[in-house]
Amino acid sequence: MPETTEVAGVSGVAGVGAKGAVFGAAIELENLTKHYPGSSAPAVDSVNMQIDAGELVVFVGPSGCGKSTTLKMINRLIEPTGGRIRIGGEDVTDMDPVKLRRKIGYAIQASGLFPHMTVAQNIALVPKMVGWEKGRIRARVEEMLDLVGLDAGEFHGRYPRQLSGGQQQRVGVARALAADPPVLLMDEPFGAVDPITRDHLQDELIRLQHELHKTIVFVTHDFDEAIKLGDRIAVLRERSHIAQFDTPEAILTNPADDFVSGFVGAGAALKRLNLSRVRDVEITGYPTVIVDDPLQEIFNKLKSSGTNEILLLDRRGRPYKWLRRGDLMRARGSLARAGTLVHDTVTRDATLRDALEAVLTDNAGRVVVTGRRGEYTGVVDMETLMNSVHELLEADRLDALEHQHELEETRAEQTRHEQEGVDGGEAKA
Amino acid sequence: MNFWEYLGSRHQQLLIDAYQHASAVFQCMVVATVVGVVIGVVTYRSEWAGNLATTTTSTILTIPSLAMIGLLIPIVGLGVPPTVIALTLYGLLPIVRNAIVGLRGVDPSLVDAAKGIGMSRLARLARVELPLAWPPILTGIRVSTQMLMGIAAIAAYASGPGLGNEIFRGIASLGSKNALNQVLAGTLGIIVLALLFDAAYVLVGRLTIPRGIRARDD
Repeated sequence: MPETTEVAGVSGVAGVGAKGAVFGAAIELENLTKHYPGSSAPAVDSVNMQIDAGELVVFVGPSGCGKSTTLKMINRLIEPTGGRIRIGGEDVTDMDPVKLRRKIGYAIQASGLFPHMTVAQNIALVPKMVGWEKGRIRARVEEMLDLVGLDAGEFHGRYPRQLSGGQQQRVGVARALAADPPVLLMDEPFGAVDPITRDHLQDELIRLQHELHKTIVFVTHDFDEAIKLGDRIAVLRERSHIAQFDTPEAILTNPADDFVSGFVGAGAALKRLNLSRVRDVEITGYPTVIVDDPLQEIFNKLKSSGTNEILLLDRRGRPYKWLRRGDLMRARGSLARAGTLVHDTVTRDATLRDALEAVLTDNAGRVVVTGRRGEYTGVVDMETLMNSVHELLEADRLDALEHQHELEETRAEQTRHEQEGVDGGEAKA
Repeated sequence: MNFWEYLGSRHQQLLIDAYQHASAVFQCMVVATVVGVVIGVVTYRSEWAGNLATTTTSTILTIPSLAMIGLLIPIVGLGVPPTVIALTLYGLLPIVRNAIVGLRGVDPSLVDAAKGIGMSRLARLARVELPLAWPPILTGIRVSTQMLMGIAAIAAYASGPGLGNEIFRGIASLGSKNALNQVLAGTLGIIVLALLFDAAYVLVGRLTIPRGIRARDD
């Protein structure tokens, strides 16, 4: 999300590797074009884009749409043939590319680690090039390994081939962030790892971004990955034409055209569930008792509660068993035999999709929500979920409509001004 | 006089010859390595330049070494100069070829990564491309050395240094009692030298190829 870090961003690009972490810098692409000699159509055709400081923007599109080319023009691995690039307000289109790249983190598919250097040497590369002193580099390497969740003592001296794919990718991200650049470019970084590891790495990246507030441009062809990671998503079609550039919610509920909806794929409403968390929906209280409570009290509670079921908690307040009215009778008053065990719970941070999954597999259609240490905090059932999803979708739709309406209004106003030939400033209400 | 007695009586001369032989090969290898790697670095990025370099060096290799030395004598005279020139030229081919193959074989995504994190052209070459191409280059150097060991013997024809003198002396006096011993001593000497050099290269490889890219042995 946009932060008030414009100043920090600018100074970051201007070459200050200050002690405090450098926040993101805004990126501005203006008519950015790449025309390869010998081909009639440009590979990237006049891209205009404003990426706010501290924002994670995902470029997503079919292969060959020019998303990677666009990304590589930002650090000028590919020289643009037209247009300007501004980072933190500074025009970098004609800057020395080597100097520019040292201010921009770069992480690629299959990590791009140098196999002949140890993990520590790989991470230390950029700090060394920008002239940090030894002690600071050493401390930084430890810090970066720690940041990406690898034990510094263990991984420091290893060679890349001694790491798993996921670990290599983490080191790749650590190397990209080592000199604390305001901007991080990631070119399908998780494309070559297995789905489970990819999921972990995505979670890690979200966590990192919460701490660091870099400006990240992330390229992928996986739309689900885009939804999960992006603050905003740019759906690109051939020649890097922007089909839609908006929040994941807006793209899911209101795709701009057939191309985008085709790319979003089936099940947009289901994907929308990934964007909301259990804490966003209403969690209902439920009558509970604790295992240590006297049997009589449990009986009374069962009778007095409106529901025909109560939740039995263990001594630490964690959900343990569901008790129905007849259960205790049938078990002849033994708590150990009565009721059904609670086998699935979700946390408040779980996505609604996870919650729905749990609710669907539960035979009574509800799931217990737990706190950080596994303690009971409430229950979510099918009905609540349905209602919340309806509300969410409705709200999204209204937002999108309003957004569209605003756009049309501004456009209409512009046309009016142009037709009347009046200078825009005066007529504005 | 049998072979062992011959070695005993002539070991002084033989050791001097062996030392000169080794020294000539070693020095020419150093020059050939430097020149070969430079040629590789300059040409590997262009398709035709790389091919031109490889073709030129392999053409040189097809010239019989005796003819080459014969051709050099009128130009640079007898003794050390034709030996050094011929050995260096012959030593180039495997090094140039392996340098080009090695440098071209570096994973393009790594070069891309090196560029992307802000390495200059020179830094990329010195810190990424050459270290990664080093194992094949070292193999080229080994092959070259083996080859030069043999070719250096021919240098005696131009009054050059080395164990070749022993062999040529033997051939010139065929029928005399020591002729066979002389040829045998020269030939075996060269073989022993070649084996010693090869062992040295194995050691050099151990010391200079980083553990991260060594053939799996850790």
